[in-house]
Amino acid sequence: MASQPAWMNSLFIDTGSSSFTEFLGAHAPNLLPTRAQTLAAPVGEQIPHATTIVAATCEGGVVMAGDRRATSGNIISQRDIEKVFRTDDYSCIGIAGTASLGIEVALLYRVELEHYEKREGRSLSTEGKAHRLATMIRENLPMAMQGLAVVPLFAAYDPARDGGRIFSYDVGGGPYEQFGYHSIGSGSIFARGSLKKLYRENSSPQDAVLACLHALYDAADDDSATGGPDVTRRIWPVVAVINADGYRRLPDDEVAEFVESMLETRMTAPEGPTAPLR
Amino acid sequence: MSIPFGGYASPEQIMRDRAEYARKGIARGRSVVVMQYADGILFVAPNPSRALHKISEIYDRIGFAAVGRYNEFESLRLAGIRYADINGYTFNRSDVTGRGLANLYAQHLGMIFTESIKSLEVEIVVAEVGDVPEDDQIYRLTFDGSVFDEQGMAVIGGQAEAVAGRLKERYREGLPLPRALDAALAALTEPGGERPPATQLEVAVLDRAREHRKFLRLTPPRLERILQEGRESGGGAAGGEPAGDATAEHAPDTTPAVPPPTAPPIAPEGDIDTGSGE
Repeated sequence: MASQPAWMNSLFIDTGSSSFTEFLGAHAPNLLPTRAQTLAAPVGEQIPHATTIVAATCEGGVVMAGDRRATSGNIISQRDIEKVFRTDDYSCIGIAGTASLGIEVALLYRVELEHYEKREGRSLSTEGKAHRLATMIRENLPMAMQGLAVVPLFAAYDPARDGGRIFSYDVGGGPYEQFGYHSIGSGSIFARGSLKKLYRENSSPQDAVLACLHALYDAADDDSATGGPDVTRRIWPVVAVINADGYRRLPDDEVAEFVESMLETRMTAPEGPTAPLR
Repeated sequence: MSIPFGGYASPEQIMRDRAEYARKGIARGRSVVVMQYADGILFVAPNPSRALHKISEIYDRIGFAAVGRYNEFESLRLAGIRYADINGYTFNRSDVTGRGLANLYAQHLGMIFTESIKSLEVEIVVAEVGDVPEDDQIYRLTFDGSVFDEQGMAVIGGQAEAVAGRLKERYREGLPLPRALDAALAALTEPGGERPPATQLEVAVLDRAREHRKFLRLTPPRLERILQEGRESGGGAAGGEPAGDATAEHAPDTTPAVPPPTAPPIAPEGDIDTGSGE
């Protein structure tokens, strides 16, 4: 028994909290994403950063899409990184900022939600999920102050409202509920401007997907850290749709069709669709 | 352990007494059936309570079923979830196995059995669904920490031997879900007895066709539909006859499930808390 990690002795006693992170913090703090350690030198520029994520609600659900680029300063460090993560059957998060920390937060957050659900026999409320993520992001604040910021975008289907909801965060936590659509990351300004004109309330999921892809294209158009669809390598954005049937990541073939129809529009109108003025 | 009453009791006697005590407790509840079907593993438990579960999800591919004292198997369940989540988070989700969990439970049950005054009055099943039926695993664990690697089906609690006898007659490899459920219910019903209605049943599956998390509780409307299908399709060939009039000819049903106690009863008389609210 002596060779077992300490947390194994605590499995059967101290059964208090349904929070996985609290259990880790008490019994295996070494497994938590490292926090509050002062870095000898700022490394923010040198390690990969994830960029743009967009989300938009649609009829009966929500759509989230993320580009595939990660950058370290002026270098493209990865062309096919995935930044949208399923967190439970009815929610997902997209991450922007320090890629490595973001991925770890996403994995931990998924375990956190499922852990609660399995222990309690019910899912957290959508607000509860959003708030839990805020606490986890706030705990990363010391790292964010040193240039290792992680900012997520959270989207979920809320069965209580039979619709999609979007929550945004800053490095200090949150959550800030966003209505309709939102974007995060370096290209978010351009993506949001694009979505502002292309978003339609209660549109079909297909239209919402197309609007999100246009927004990512506009972000890639003006932001060097956001990657556009890579036609030669056939690397497409990650697109997830969440509705009453649960989380579904669109398969690459399906995304390719959307991207191709978007590119067709752009061939004749490089600036993309225009919104009617009157 | 200290010797009660100052007299001498041989270790054999002490162990026998403890085992007898636990066996009596476990036999008082209703049986739970765990069996393979075409698409995975089926769990069936007569349980009028909607809140206190006998069947639960532990991890992506792993399910848990228990009989006996509710507070005792509930703490085993919670510990199992922690064990699985912490290992999946430390390594990878595919590194959490039913075998590892069964070993953990076996150690804990065995330790309690030898070191405590009272052993845990529980019997549990840990089942893991594989990509193909050959990789499915069903482990049955008894109160003293013994592990049984079951083939195809396992019955725990209550009149386990009689139920297992009835189930064996109806069990076939690769039964579709309605037929498998029909067989399980027929086995759980005493000859001539009435089948429990859908509201008195707790049913779940580990469905290998599902993405991400294989565990799925069958909600009453869906369960009712499947029961109906089972009644329509199961009547003839497989001998899964409702309400047991056709089963009267089968000899094993008449054998007593538990041999009559040869020693004076040791466990306290009265009802045991099975968590079913009975």
